[in-house]
Parts: sequence; structure tokens; C-alpha cells
Amino acid sequence: MPTIQFQLNGTAAAVDTDPDQPLLDVLRSRLGVTSPHFGCGAGECGACHVMVGDRAMASCEIPMWSVADKDVVTVEGLGTAEQPHPLQRAFIAEQAMQCGYCVSGILISSAALLKRNPSPTEAEVKAALDRNLCRCGSHNRMVRAVLRAASEMAAS
Amino acid sequence: MTTAFPAPTLPVSLAANPKLSSWVKFIGECRVVVSPGKVEIGQGIVTALAQIAADELDVDIGRIEMIRASTAASPNEGVTSGSLSVQQSGRALRQVCAEVRQRFLTAASERLGVDASLLEIQDGTISGPGNVRTSYWELAGDVSLDHDANAGATAKIAAKRAVAGHSVQRVDIPDKVFAGRRFIHDCALPGLLHGRVLRPDISGARLIALDETAARAVPGLVTIIRDGNFSGVITDSEAAAEAALKALRKGATWTAGEPLPDEDDLAGFLKSQPVETDVIDTRTNATTRRHARTLRRQYTRPYIAHASIAPSCAMAQWNGDRVHVWTHSQGVYLLRADLAIVLKLPAENIVLEHMEGAGCYGHNAADDVALDAVLLAKAAGGRPVRVQWSRHDEMAHAPFGAAMVIEIEADLDADNEIIGWRHAIWSNGHAARPGRAAQPALLAATEIANPYPRMISTNPPAANGGGGDRNSVPLYDLPAWTVTSHRLLTMPVRTSALRTLGAQGNVFAIESLLDEIAALRGEDSIAFRLRHLRDERAKDVIRAAARRAQWKPPKQPGIGHGVGLARYKNTGAYCAAIAEIEGTDDIRVKRLTLAVDVGEAINPDGVINQIEGGAIQATSWVLKERVRFDRTRIISTSWTDYPILTFSEVPAVDVEVIQRPEIEPVGAGEAAHGPVTAAIANAVYDCLGVRVRDLPITREKIIAAMEPAS
Repeated sequence: MPTIQFQLNGTAAAVDTDPDQPLLDVLRSRLGVTSPHFGCGAGECGACHVMVGDRAMASCEIPMWSVADKDVVTVEGLGTAEQPHPLQRAFIAEQAMQCGYCVSGILISSAALLKRNPSPTEAEVKAALDRNLCRCGSHNRMVRAVLRAASEMAAS
Repeated sequence: MTTAFPAPTLPVSLAANPKLSSWVKFIGECRVVVSPGKVEIGQGIVTALAQIAADELDVDIGRIEMIRASTAASPNEGVTSGSLSVQQSGRALRQVCAEVRQRFLTAASERLGVDASLLEIQDGTISGPGNVRTSYWELAGDVSLDHDANAGATAKIAAKRAVAGHSVQRVDIPDKVFAGRRFIHDCALPGLLHGRVLRPDISGARLIALDETAARAVPGLVTIIRDGNFSGVITDSEAAAEAALKALRKGATWTAGEPLPDEDDLAGFLKSQPVETDVIDTRTNATTRRHARTLRRQYTRPYIAHASIAPSCAMAQWNGDRVHVWTHSQGVYLLRADLAIVLKLPAENIVLEHMEGAGCYGHNAADDVALDAVLLAKAAGGRPVRVQWSRHDEMAHAPFGAAMVIEIEADLDADNEIIGWRHAIWSNGHAARPGRAAQPALLAATEIANPYPRMISTNPPAANGGGGDRNSVPLYDLPAWTVTSHRLLTMPVRTSALRTLGAQGNVFAIESLLDEIAALRGEDSIAFRLRHLRDERAKDVIRAAARRAQWKPPKQPGIGHGVGLARYKNTGAYCAAIAEIEGTDDIRVKRLTLAVDVGEAINPDGVINQIEGGAIQATSWVLKERVRFDRTRIISTSWTDYPILTFSEVPAVDVEVIQRPEIEPVGAGEAAHGPVTAAIANAVYDCLGVRVRDLPITREKIIAAMEPAS
């Protein structure tokens, strides 16, 4: 099996893998990175979103070959309790979830949005999150949290 | 089973589990361990319970460690459902902590030589006059909590509570934003194997033949299991499990299965089946008013899927004739009872430990997948096996919320005042949960070689809020009514508990017809409701929502407003909803304004979060959701075929909590669904002049409803 190299959360990673293996499988079962969650396996729910470059992508659908030499970021790479990303701080401040299973993917979609567009409007945040499903109905809190993070980042 | 209650005044959960030490312990480094029997399903219950304990014990909430429910150690509180957790677990814990506190005060009084009434507790430190002090932890060795609660202590009065009644941050959220492994899906046990179960696409099909050749060739395969119609694979990786299952599916031959009803004539199907009929309630009052006309209306709602974002998952590991199970079931003891029946083992050989799953809105596949894991793990030589369902199976094989048809006849006098009311429901039962019958409720139990029959869902008794009949008795002071429930005795589509059981359908029907009658009279629909209400708390929520939504805004083209009201189960939370919609032939819900009264709101922000979530989920049900099937199989097995509300479609939601610290708390998780459903339907009428009585309210349904009128 070929070795595929990529940057994972700022660190070099190399995996011997079938190049068609979905990134999600490799992250979860080989690299112990569990924040991207399996939800549907068809790229329809967003629970497995990771950031590749400045785009949020469904890691259940993208094959390993496509991330060779790319930068991949998951929630593990966003921040920590000691040094949180503004989005993580904002999701806590807004208590922006119920079950939280979809939250990793939503944090990633939001982080990708803020990279491309640091001061989004509410409608832009919603549009950016339209590929992420939340079943508990915490959408409005999440949108508020993203806007809060954006304004915090703008102020700093 | 509870055979004797130690004291009549104990809260129900405490009466069943009276030993204080099973709820609360003090451990080293100034920590408090609290062990409830209810489980976190994303509703924030663990935080609300921690608040109650912190308040009653006078310790900082940060010192409290909440233990996940387990049959090895936790009090048996049945199932986490019905918006009862604050009511049951919260009351029990409050009483436990009051008694624990008193025992420690007595011990501290002896040690310090100070009268107990002069002692005070601050963050676990017990102090008295003369600067004498000790603490829960210093005294823990001397104070045994291996005593039964005796109702001998009284909890603090509302005014003395410092934590309960105030919004605090949920204890589980940091893990969920910092990639902590809180979900069962993220837990990796050493030596873990992966299992998948083969299930037919065709409803009720049985496995005739299974060619295992291709599956055997999949690298990483450990073994293939076949037990009657139940079959599956165990592999050393998840990818191999998917590959082996795919290969096994190609080798399977199935029978033709059992036909499904016509999804376009659910009312015809529901009303043509054999039923068990119960008169739920009747009321007769003499009236001098004379009957002028009868309005007869039929309301329907489709089957609705739980559609949790995560597919159900469980792990199991055998050791001889004992098995350990990790599960996101809502009731670890109840699931254990069913597993014991299927495995023919004493319950004590089975340990179930709760781990969080994705939000669950009732009885989904959480329990089914646990039996799958247990059956597959039998062949794993003592290694743990993790089974995760596919999205397809989650949407096809988990129980659904039952479809309903509700017929109401309202007798009106010449002024269109209501003088009689007959409400009849046809529906499958709304509950077929594990652990409550002599036969198991688990899917695989119907598939193994010596199968159990599929349990036909039933309805909880009226004392527990009923099932199909939940919220069918009007909250309004009508002069006469008869409420009848017909429960189907056949069940071609598997149903069980989904949030609110029958309440969503019944509230939709009642509130829609009341709206129609108010409109007939030319009376404001809120004024009409207030005139028929005697319950001041119900009046307060409707007035609060009206005030907040500035009822009723001036009429604008393309905009509609509607109201809905219910008291969940007629004994729980009061909720009024006002919907503002925008619509031509498609509907967009712009804003929902709600007022809610749960009595004492332990964590007000938690209540608001639950009401917001319920309101948004109900909007999704009303506008989009319907389980799809042809005559052989469920076909809404992906998010494309079973769409739910997206971020761009979500309305603004504004919630007012009427805080009543002196009134015992009740849950908030199911209060909004019925009122929101009705409010949207009534707003559609206000906007478009059509009554859609058949959910979901889609473009097609609106056009269909317009036709008979034109």
C-alpha cells in the first residue's frame, strides 16, 4: 500500500493506506482522531467535516489520495481548553448545542467560513452551515456563537 | 420491582432506591460523587441534577462529579423519558441531599460540641460559633450513608436556593467542543473488534439462504454469525466490517416479506385495521344552548423518524457466561431485563453501562443495537465487539413515531359556541420499549432461530400521560366531550415512543379546530381561548406569548400569524406558541414566540434550550417530515429522502420562561411540539386562507387543501 503524507493539525502525518480509503476511516481508526463523527457516510450531514485548506469537506467521502500534501484540520487542531479557538469559547458561552454530536463538524464549517470571510452576516453563517444537520434544534445558538467568535476575532 | 415503600412521602425514584449511598458519596480531595439513574441524551439533565445537589449540600457545583448510569451501581430509575427526569430524579436527589446534609450536621454537632442549629455549611465546610469547623470529607469516615431515606429532613425553601433556578453552564459541553471522547462512538476498548448485522431491505423478509463465500474472502474477517434470520460479521476493522457486510448482502436470499400500507392513504389504512378501543374521558354538563350544526374534521400526521444524527452504536464483551454492555439506551435496567430474556441468563450476569450517544427523541435503535452487539460478541472469544448501524438501517429499521388520524366533531349552537365535542384517535400504540413485558422488544429477538414475536406497540396508561391519547382531553372548559382512542392491533410499520407520543397530533387537531371555530365567530383566537380557560397558569403562558409577539400584528399580505397552546400531558409544562410565517404556496416559518411554565426552572437557560430545540424540531416535522415507503420497503433511508430543517430554514425562536420557584419542577423537552405544530398550521390559514389538516404542510398539501374550497 502506498504511503500518503499530509499535514494533520499542523503536524506531518504519514499513513500506509489504500488511496481510496475515506479520510474519516483513517482519522478515526488509524490516527485516533475522533472529533470528526460518522453520521451518514454519504456527505449529507456534515458530522464528519474537516478543514482541507480553507474548505470544510465531508471526510467520509473524500479519499486519502485527495489529501496528499494538503493541510487537514480537525477540532483537535482548533484549540484546547487552555488555549481555545474563539469558536470554541463562543460555543461554550452560547451553550450552543444539545447532544453535541454534530458540533465538531459545525465548528469546522464555521472555522472554514471565518478563514474565508472574517465578518460574515447572519445569512452567510447560515448558508455556510447548510451542509451541516442538527437534529436537536440548536441552530440559532450556533449561529449566534459563530457571529460572537467573528466579532471577538475582529476586535483582537 | 418495588415491593414496599419505606415511607409514603418519598419521591417515587427514592422510594424505589432508598439507600442514600446509592445516590451520593463524598470522596477524597473534596469531591462529591452523585449517581442518578437518569441519563444524558443532550437535554442537560446531568447539569440540572448537579445544580440540585450543589444547592442542597452547599458545595460548589465544580466539586460534583456526575456518574453515568450503570446497572452495577446506579439507582434504578427506569427510563429517561416523558420529560420526567427533573421531576423524578431531581426530587429524589433533592430529598437525598437534604437527608445527607442533616446526617452530617448531626455528626458535626457531636464532633464540634455545637448545637446543629448553629452550624452552617459553605462549599462543604461546616462551621459554627467560635471558629470551629469541619467538613463533609473530614466526617465522611464517621457518617454512614448506607441508610434508607426516611423523609426525615426537609429540603431548603425556594428562597434559600442559590444554584437551582439560575442558569449555569452545562457540565458536558467543554468535552464536546474540545474533542473529548464523550460519545460511545469515540470509545476504543483494547482489542476491539467491529460487527455489522445484515438486515433485509424488504419489510418483514426472512432469510432463505446465505452464501458466505464472498464475505469469507474479505481481509480482516474474524467470523460470520448466523442464527435463524439474524446474521452478521465480525472483523478486525470498521472498513473490513463494511466490506464483509456488503459481500454477505450479495449472498443473501430473502422471502417476499410482508406488505406495507399505502403511504398516500394513511387514514384509510389506520381506520380499517382491527383495534382496541378505549373511552379516554367523557364530560357531560347540562346546557340550555341548542345544537345548530356539527363541524366534522379529520387530521392526520404521518410516521416520523427519530433520525438521530448518529447511527446507533453499542459495544459488548463476554467473559464466560457474563456479558458487559456499553450502550446509549435510555434505560439500562429495562434493556438488561430484555437481554436477560433473550440470553436466558439471570439479570445479574449482565452489566450495562451508559455512554452518551447522539440526541435521541424517544425509543430509537439504541436498544436494538445493544442486542446486536451482544449476539455478535458471543462469537468473539471474549474480545469486545462494537456494532454501529448504517444510516440506512437507522432510517429503515428503528421504530418510528406512529402515524395518527384524529377525527373531531364539534357541536355548535347558533352563535357558533361549542356545546359538544367528540375526539377520536386511530393510531398504532406509541410505546414498545424494552423491559416492560414478558417478551423482549428488541429487533434481533424477532430474527434469531427461536424468535420472539414482534411486540405490537401499546399505549402507556392515562395516569402516565397516555400514548395515542396523550393531550387528547381538552384543556379548555367545554361543556361536554367524549374522547375515544382506537389502538391498532396490527403493526406493519414498527412504531414506538417518539417525543410527545400522541400529543403532537392531538394538540394539532384540537388547536386547529378551535382556531377554525374562533374564526367562524369572528372572534380573536387568543381571546376565544382565554374565554374557555379556567387554569390561570395556562392563561399566563398564552398572555405572555401574546405580549411578546405583540399579538395580533396588523395584517400584511403574504404574512400569517397563528397560536397554539397545551399543557404537556395535561399535567406537565405549559407552553404557548405564536408562529409568524411567510407564504404563498410554499411556507417559511420566520419566527416562533413561546412562553413556558415548568414550575421551578432549575436551569432556566437549559429550559430555553429545550424549548428552542423542541420548537425547531417541531417546525421540521410540520414542514418536511414524513417516513416514505412503497408497498414493500421503507424508502426514506437517507437525508436526501428524509430531509430535515436546515440552518437557512430555521426560524428565529424567542422564549419566555415564567419562573415559579415555589412549584415542583417538570420537564421541558416535549412541551413545545404540539403548540408549535398548531401555531404553524393556524398561521398558514391566517396567511393563505386554507386549513391544512394533513401533516406535513408542504406545497402539495396546501394545493390539495385549496382544491375542495375552490
